[in-house]
Amino acid sequence: MLLTLTTTRKPATDLGYLLVKHPGKVHSFDVPTGTAYVMYPEATDERCTAALMLDVDPQRLRAQRDAFELSQYVNDRPYAASSLLASALAKVFRSALRGASKDRPELAATAIPLEVRVPVLRGTTDLVTRLFAPLGWAVTATPIPFEAELGGGSRYVDLTLTGELRVADALNHLYVLLPVLDDNKHYWVAPDEIEKLLRSGEGWLAGHPEKVLIARRYLAHRRSLATTALQMLEADLPPATEEEAELPVPRRAPLAEQRREAVLAAITEVGAARVLDLGCGAGALLTALVKDRNLTEIVGADVATRSLEQAERKLHLDRLPERQKDRIKLIQTALTYRDDRLRGFDAAVLMEVIEHVDLPRLPALEAAVFGHAKPGAVIVTTPNVEYNVHYEGLTGMRHSDHRFEWTRAEFARWATATAERYGYTVTVRGVGEADETTGAPTQLALFKVVSA
Amino acid sequence: MIIDVPELSLVALVGISGSGKSTFAGQHWKSTQVLSSDFFRGLVADDENDQSASADAFEVLHYVAGKRLAAGRLTVVDATNLQAHARAGLVKTAREHDVLPVAIVLDVPESVAWERTEARPDRTFDRRVLSRMSRDLRRSIGQLAKEGFRKIHVLRGVDEISAAEIRYEKLFNDRRDEHGPFDIIGDVHGCRAELESLLGTLGWEIVRDESGRPVDAVHPDQGRKAVFVGDLVDRGPDSPGVLRLVMGMVAAGHAICVPGNHEQKLARKLNGRNVQLTHGLPETLEQLAAEPDEFVAEVRTFIDGLVSHYVLDDGKLVVAHAGLKEAYHGRASGRVRSFALYGETTGETDEYGLPVRYPWAREYRGSAAVVYGHVPTPTPEWINNTICLDTGCVFGGALTALRWPSRELVAVPAAKEYYEPVRPIFTTPERPEQGLDIADVIGRRHIDFGYGRTTVPAENAAAALEVMGRFSVDPETLVWLPPTMAPCSSSTVDGYLEHPSTAFADLRAAGVDRVVCEEKHMGSRAVVRISASGEGDAIWTRTGRPFFGPEMTGPLLDRVRAAAAPILAELETDWLLIDAELLPWSVKAGSLIRDQYAAVGAAGRAALPAALSVLEQVAGRGLDVTGLRERLTQRSTEIDGFSAAYRAYVKPTDGLDGVTLAPFAFLAGSGMSYAGKDHGWHLALADRLVSADPQLFTPTRRMIVDLADPAAEAAATEWWLALTGAGGEGMVVKPWIGLGGTGRDGRLVQPGVKCRGREYLRIIYGPEYTRPEQLDRLRQRNLGRKRALALREHGLGLAALDRLAEGAPAWRVHELVFAILAAESEPVDPRL
Repeated sequence: MLLTLTTTRKPATDLGYLLVKHPGKVHSFDVPTGTAYVMYPEATDERCTAALMLDVDPQRLRAQRDAFELSQYVNDRPYAASSLLASALAKVFRSALRGASKDRPELAATAIPLEVRVPVLRGTTDLVTRLFAPLGWAVTATPIPFEAELGGGSRYVDLTLTGELRVADALNHLYVLLPVLDDNKHYWVAPDEIEKLLRSGEGWLAGHPEKVLIARRYLAHRRSLATTALQMLEADLPPATEEEAELPVPRRAPLAEQRREAVLAAITEVGAARVLDLGCGAGALLTALVKDRNLTEIVGADVATRSLEQAERKLHLDRLPERQKDRIKLIQTALTYRDDRLRGFDAAVLMEVIEHVDLPRLPALEAAVFGHAKPGAVIVTTPNVEYNVHYEGLTGMRHSDHRFEWTRAEFARWATATAERYGYTVTVRGVGEADETTGAPTQLALFKVVSA
Repeated sequence: MIIDVPELSLVALVGISGSGKSTFAGQHWKSTQVLSSDFFRGLVADDENDQSASADAFEVLHYVAGKRLAAGRLTVVDATNLQAHARAGLVKTAREHDVLPVAIVLDVPESVAWERTEARPDRTFDRRVLSRMSRDLRRSIGQLAKEGFRKIHVLRGVDEISAAEIRYEKLFNDRRDEHGPFDIIGDVHGCRAELESLLGTLGWEIVRDESGRPVDAVHPDQGRKAVFVGDLVDRGPDSPGVLRLVMGMVAAGHAICVPGNHEQKLARKLNGRNVQLTHGLPETLEQLAAEPDEFVAEVRTFIDGLVSHYVLDDGKLVVAHAGLKEAYHGRASGRVRSFALYGETTGETDEYGLPVRYPWAREYRGSAAVVYGHVPTPTPEWINNTICLDTGCVFGGALTALRWPSRELVAVPAAKEYYEPVRPIFTTPERPEQGLDIADVIGRRHIDFGYGRTTVPAENAAAALEVMGRFSVDPETLVWLPPTMAPCSSSTVDGYLEHPSTAFADLRAAGVDRVVCEEKHMGSRAVVRISASGEGDAIWTRTGRPFFGPEMTGPLLDRVRAAAAPILAELETDWLLIDAELLPWSVKAGSLIRDQYAAVGAAGRAALPAALSVLEQVAGRGLDVTGLRERLTQRSTEIDGFSAAYRAYVKPTDGLDGVTLAPFAFLAGSGMSYAGKDHGWHLALADRLVSADPQLFTPTRRMIVDLADPAAEAAATEWWLALTGAGGEGMVVKPWIGLGGTGRDGRLVQPGVKCRGREYLRIIYGPEYTRPEQLDRLRQRNLGRKRALALREHGLGLAALDRLAEGAPAWRVHELVFAILAAESEPVDPRL
């Protein structure tokens, strides 16, 4: 992997002083992932280019990774600019990054015409521009295409930046933004990374329009670290969002809340005390259910163990008093199997669940829930696809794992048929602000068992 | 003195302190069979004499006793058992597990006990305590029978105790030593003519008395017995005639009979009890009125002597009138008898006022086949290794027999409808609720699958459940998954990591003498299930996912079905399971190719020339960068080779256009696993599919190699070099004899060993893997885990095919397929 830094400010070879690397030599440095070279493909009075080249040793890289990852042997690390290159840059140009120069202190403090080229960098033209343009760079990012047989563009660009900046600023921009664009740190991100980010970002990061993205990615998506970093930048983070985060409109948080309220109201309506939350996910509904003192038993069930672990943390199950904790149980189940543990409840909730089941498998879910578990009431919510026209920019379905989204008529047809088949009555209602022609964004069906 | 104790029972020793209970127990039973209250007090309180720990100690003792009894193990409780409440706890534990509680009282003179107590330093109570115990014992002896002990033995005095001998008696229902063969006959309900006809069909010869009435039947087969599942009487035209025949057969040792609820009710009536004259009983009484009193008396004795269920043939077969859940097999209690006679009901009644039956068969997981009657069904159907033989003969259906152990069904139709059913039985065939139960797959599970044993760790099961629950095709459709395949041992041939020579050597070492080398298609493994009717047809990936949505799956399966129709007809099967590769790779792996391989290729092909041009300029300035330039030039060549390797497996497709299947094995069809067929058979069928639809099917090139013939090996090596040189992935070397091939030791051998091409392996081990130092390192790769995993998955898959073929219940097939999926969570090097 490679980056080059060129200046045309005469005498251009003074770049060597700023970088503390003599243009007449090939410099090599041992770094943890291979060998870094600094050399000058051109070094004249008019134009001087320093190249930083990192010859990645795959064996050494491998030793740092999970032995059973397929990408261990086949990856872009030897070719694309990444945190590996940033680390090498920090090591090789340490004093230049600080803006210090023993020999040319004034030049180091002066903005000079610069050209930076990174031939292979992960990112889109748009993102690269959003990151570098606000810093005073003119950005040229050319997508690198796949071969003709495959067609289309790869996830890499060939980047050229031109501008008049201090060398130290240019290097700090690269030091922070190369790993941000690569978004795949080669080392474990510890809290001291915050300090590194703030140090390198001094003077430019706080005012950067993309600082949230920069902080999150730089800190390897460790939300707590990113929040701390951003608070230190005197900024704040918008509240965490879950599935709805994929939706391109801002009015989403209220809908999730309205849906939860509608489900809780339905539970109260049927007077349930023992409730199943089927497909509980990370516990969005469970946290509301535990607050309802009328509920004596709450079982959250999901097929994903990771979701259950998240729910457990969210509910603080390990810290609840025994009597509280005994009300709540989390179990792994798949709704396409019969599960005796789900029998005998007053109500079961399937909140935004059925659309994650392949249509041909839906009858198995119906049999497992309505036929076998047979709770006193079943509350089902699912998106109303008719409403999707209101989501600007939404193409396809509302979530990448949705297997189908139904119109109101389709949902009503399913609900009626299911109710009839399993001995329930059903009423269907909308949830969320209803539009005259498309109806409400979410639809809810409340099934009540017909007692024998 | 002989003490009779049922083989499975809970024995309570009763006696005062110092009466010699522990000594007695030590003489007659293994130490593990004896649960002593002292021991449990010690366990929970560190002091065997701490009476304050008694409650806890007994709780644990009962728990352990319960576990033992549930597993069918005789259990002896060594405690004083002088208090009614202590004994009540034991009787309750025995009843909960449907075993007989037995009391053995050791009654020694108080003086003897006192002498022994004084001799023990750890016993500190005084004589008054012992006297109180003695009084309790006197009182207890008279209470035991009332408390529920079914056998009570009182041993009086030291001599009687030391002379006592335990003799085990079998339970009445234990006929495990009878191996048949059996003809198990469903509910007869007085249909004598049909019974005679059925027996005749089964090869029995009816023996008649002087009036021509059938009184016995004999069969030419050595030891064959008829087994009647009960309900011989009521509703039909000749209940006495049926009784006479069956009673004669039972008396002659030619038949075994369990009672039905109708016999039970008849006996109650004959014994003078007041019963409702309904459900055909009046007809029977009327018919019996014409019989002499002696015959009626015989009937009464016969029915009173019937045992409610039998365990036969080493425990492989259980017969009870209304079926029997596993926990009740070979047990004796009121509720076991009641279950066997009436079944279990939910307490609800249906629209005809008849009790709703609890679907015990659906939950049955036992290894014994349970054969029963009681509920008329249109056609007998195996559900979880249970089958109901009542085909409603008296209602105009048929009288059905099951032959054991062949499991063949034989039926004769009823001559007419003798009795009108309350609930129509033949208009609405009631299919028992199917579907799979989560309890059969989650948690840590041990599976004995015939070819071996495996343990599925709970976390692997959890991971598999997620895949199965969210992504797979219907689990009941998913009857097989392909096993993972191990590569051949690393080759020492210069420049090669894998080479035919080691593949052949591996199989030779396993005891295989003839192999077929099959071209390894670079696509996605696909399993296709097609049937004549199209019902339940599907195509799935190696993790059980559908390849396409219904809009593409339907037409694809239609074409496979059309091409395979003559094969289905020829194999006389309703359905066929085909193992194949779906091509091109880019159809299913498009995003993987882009994200994983093509991305690396694109990055490399852009980065290396850029770096080389910098180096050229640097060199042009007179600086020495020769070493680095050489390294990067080599890398540039390697990345080109790498790019060419994955590009070979990318082909344009549009919908189904360009999608092809390369079939190479035909796994199973109706009632038959084809694991025993050799690969010549499989490939011949594959070729027929190719010629039937050359557009859809891709042929598999192959070469047969006799491993004793070096020339054949050399030819195959040349063939492999040409194949892989032209961009092929490589080959799979399989034992010629087929999927079920075994080695010298009689154990399964790997069904195939893959030998991948030199260029192909660049996309697995990285563009530069062919450098000598890298190859040396890679040759050290450890194949043991992968091989063990491949064999285990292979065995599980074969067992699934076997179970499928023998018509095993869905969960029995599913647990194996699920285990294969769970095995895929094992941490194994994915490059192998």
